Amino acid sequence: MTAIPLGVPRRLVEFTIDGEEARVPEGSTVLDACRAAGKDIPTLCHGDTLTPKNACRVCMVEVEGSRTLVPACSRKAEPGMTVRTDTERARHSRKLVLELLASSVDLSTTPQVAAWLKEYEAKPDRFGPEAARLNEEPRIDNDLYVRDYDKCILCYKCVDACGDQWQNTFAISVAGRGFDARIAVEHDAPLTDSACVYCGNCIEVCPTGALSFKSEFDMRAAGTWDESQQTQTTTVCAYCGVGCNLTLHVQDNEIVKVTSPHDNPVTHGNLCIKGRFGYQHVQNRG
Amino acid sequence: MDLHFGDSKPTDDERAAVDALLGPPESSWEGADRSDADLRWARGGREARDRRDLLLPGLHAINDRIGWISEGALDYLCRRLTVPPAEAYGVATFYAMFSVKPRPATVLHVCTDLACAAAGAQELSAGVEAGLGPGVHVERSPCLGLCERAPAALAIKAGDPVRTAVCAPATVRDAVLAATSPDSAPEEPPAVMAVPQAGSPDLVLLRRVGVVDPSSLDDYRAHGGYTALRRAFELGPAGVIREVTDSGLVGRGGAAFPTGRKWQATASQPDHPHYVVCNADESEPGTFKDRVLMEGDPYALVEAMTVAAYATGAHRGYLYLRGEYPRALRRLEHAIAQARARGLLGDDVLGQGYAFDIEIRRGAGAYICGEETALFNSIEGYRGEPRSKPPFPVEKGLFGKPTVENNVETLVNVLPILTMGAPAYAAIGTATSTGPKLFCVSGSVDRPGIYELPFGATLGELLELAGVRERLRAVLLGGAAGGFVRPDETDIPLTFEGTRAAGTTLGSGVVLAFDDTVPLPRLLLRIAEFFRDESCGQCVPCRVGTVRQEEALHRIVERTGAAAADDIALLREVGRAMRDASICGLGQTAWNAVESAIDRLGAYE
Ligand code: SF4
Ligand code: SF4
Ligand code: SF4
Ligand code: FES
Ligand code: FES
Repeated sequence: MTAIPLGVPRRLVEFTIDGEEARVPEGSTVLDACRAAGKDIPTLCHGDTLTPKNACRVCMVEVEGSRTLVPACSRKAEPGMTVRTDTERARHSRKLVLELLASSVDLSTTPQVAAWLKEYEAKPDRFGPEAARLNEEPRIDNDLYVRDYDKCILCYKCVDACGDQWQNTFAISVAGRGFDARIAVEHDAPLTDSACVYCGNCIEVCPTGALSFKSEFDMRAAGTWDESQQTQTTTVCAYCGVGCNLTLHVQDNEIVKVTSPHDNPVTHGNLCIKGRFGYQHVQNRG
Repeated sequence: MDLHFGDSKPTDDERAAVDALLGPPESSWEGADRSDADLRWARGGREARDRRDLLLPGLHAINDRIGWISEGALDYLCRRLTVPPAEAYGVATFYAMFSVKPRPATVLHVCTDLACAAAGAQELSAGVEAGLGPGVHVERSPCLGLCERAPAALAIKAGDPVRTAVCAPATVRDAVLAATSPDSAPEEPPAVMAVPQAGSPDLVLLRRVGVVDPSSLDDYRAHGGYTALRRAFELGPAGVIREVTDSGLVGRGGAAFPTGRKWQATASQPDHPHYVVCNADESEPGTFKDRVLMEGDPYALVEAMTVAAYATGAHRGYLYLRGEYPRALRRLEHAIAQARARGLLGDDVLGQGYAFDIEIRRGAGAYICGEETALFNSIEGYRGEPRSKPPFPVEKGLFGKPTVENNVETLVNVLPILTMGAPAYAAIGTATSTGPKLFCVSGSVDRPGIYELPFGATLGELLELAGVRERLRAVLLGGAAGGFVRPDETDIPLTFEGTRAAGTTLGSGVVLAFDDTVPLPRLLLRIAEFFRDESCGQCVPCRVGTVRQEEALHRIVERTGAAAADDIALLREVGRAMRDASICGLGQTAWNAVESAIDRLGAYE
């Protein structure tokens, strides 16, 4: 007899989104509910397998009775809530947050953001030519990956992925505070002097390209990076017996980077240095 | 956890500073020399990790001894506490009083905030910088909580022990002297000097300041000390909460939440242990009332925390004291030790079989740590970043456990509630703002200081008492997070409902008066700079918004009318998003004061 594991049945929470009835299992976030209802809410710091830090504040919605707007990505749906996703107030706040972000960091490699900037009519330039920006040089101190904090939106995903949520290495954290806050390793050292184990899990979760494969970084610099020409093939890592799933990104018959499917029950997107970076041998055709 | 420590070693001094706090290390796993046994035996990881909350005291220990925190020292501390160095580095760089770069052993903090700016802080810091050699690091500081004696300076000379000298009102000569030899700096005036009403029989909260000897427990008892705690034991926890609820007491820190309800909510949580946290991180520019209470009547706070703990079922309390208050720290350390020695803290408080003790935690220069959840993170050894709510502290607070958090003034109110009874207490003030209220008055007045008035007195009456000067231009109510009102609005009643009706806020009770010699645009710029500096940086609207606002204010500092209109519109848009979308009160209120100056004072017209 095959036992089919059934989860504990969850109660449904009933509330309204933009005037329509919504029912979601207890524990769902407002964002889950909105997405289920087909509402498009921008998110940047929210990640599929990490506890949302709710730091970017682009997913704000209006909840009746709340003095401020509410981050959809982390607020749990409550019975009887009245949520409005597309009011002038929510749109204003999203627009401003997008403008503030785009005026201070380089979002050119952040997927989707260009469309949101357009949709919300964000004009990051209006803060003037003197507007403070990060303006940092990319840190290239090892052969595996590059840290380009000029693109960092401080979403804390890499911190959480390196720390207790994924990797448990705790090699990176946020240092400094306010506008000067930066992702850093201990003593702001080069990566090679830090606790980093090069699992690349931080690259896996980085939503902006601030952390990227050296291969991708170099190709972008050379103008040869072309996602439309790439294929993705998910396979099994051959190094050890764990059996992690690898997704090989291939352009012109060369592996250009390796990611890992987040819905894989074994690894949830985690890899180790070999699986993530050790693909050169595949390409030794000599 | 992969722990990785670099090659840098602590100096003997650094090691001694850490060991003085934590005791000597037991094995090479936590930083001792390697012995044979260490190769086969490891112990301490989990235990040490459980004391992560000693990270902040550890950083203080190093900074106090050396003046800054080197790589070797930080790594050693991390090894002792099993904390990843990257995280500890993130914590060390969060606080303004720490430095991870070498600097001289003496740091002179010169306040450049609102009251001090109005009293000539610019000239003071310029003069001090010119007068001091390279042996002293001069730091321009946000409000030091000495506004009644502006301009103010605080010298901290690292060593064993660390030496401090407070200098206010400061002249260039005095400040230089305090920095070069803190030991021979003149004594600070007693706390009572900040209480112009001292001796008045009407005082309730300030009654003992200047009357009791702050170092003597007996004197405190002779002046009515510990009658409230005795009454609490008679009433039982539920009875205490009933009294506090009936008294109508609401939090004095600015949020005005009913204290009884908070206590009830904590007391009834099934999860244990419960904690009591006293928020003594008074950093709102213009506020100094908690300092005066703690310096002048320290046992009152110890007693009030004990009452709060008893009522809510807590056996451990944390007193989070701002790092810039050396005298309050000394007095409270002494008071807690005395109370412990005399059975008023410890396993058997007052012989009632009730256990309670208090640990002091020193802040390290971060306004944001006054936000209750940021304060929990700070105590726990993390960056002082606010947590998002819900869950609320009554359910998941310090160490994830039910926690009641009150500020000093709120707690001290509990004593008269218990001694005079809820009805008599509630008869003070107005129907919805009950009890006495402390106000910190500074700026252009003849008698700056702390005033105690029943709720309902008007702003004008308070200013009258403090001797307001001619040509008043503006009053900042509630501190940097509050709002400005005009000189013709002095009939605003000082109650929560009255200020709300007038479209402003009572906030933490700050009343900063400015006459027309104070350049308003510069003042607003200082407020904007303050928030930019103090933002924790976690969320975008606040992290970037405070910068954009400061930039806009810089652009219009010399402009008015049409020339400023575009930037004012920009300020409004940014301000609105900050108010709506920031995680915590800092970002949500950062624009209040400037907005009120534009709308009520016509600052750029
Ligand atoms: S580096 Fe990437 S993942 Fe890390 S905080 Fe910045 S944007 Fe987020
Ligand atoms: S990624 Fe690393 S752990 Fe996973 S199968 Fe490959 S070698 Fe093993
Ligand atoms: S509002 Fe400011 S201080 Fe508060 S969490 Fe956001 S960045 Fe930090
Ligand atoms: S996605 Fe919700 S705050 Fe970032
Ligand atoms: S001490 Fe300088 S403004 Fe408060």
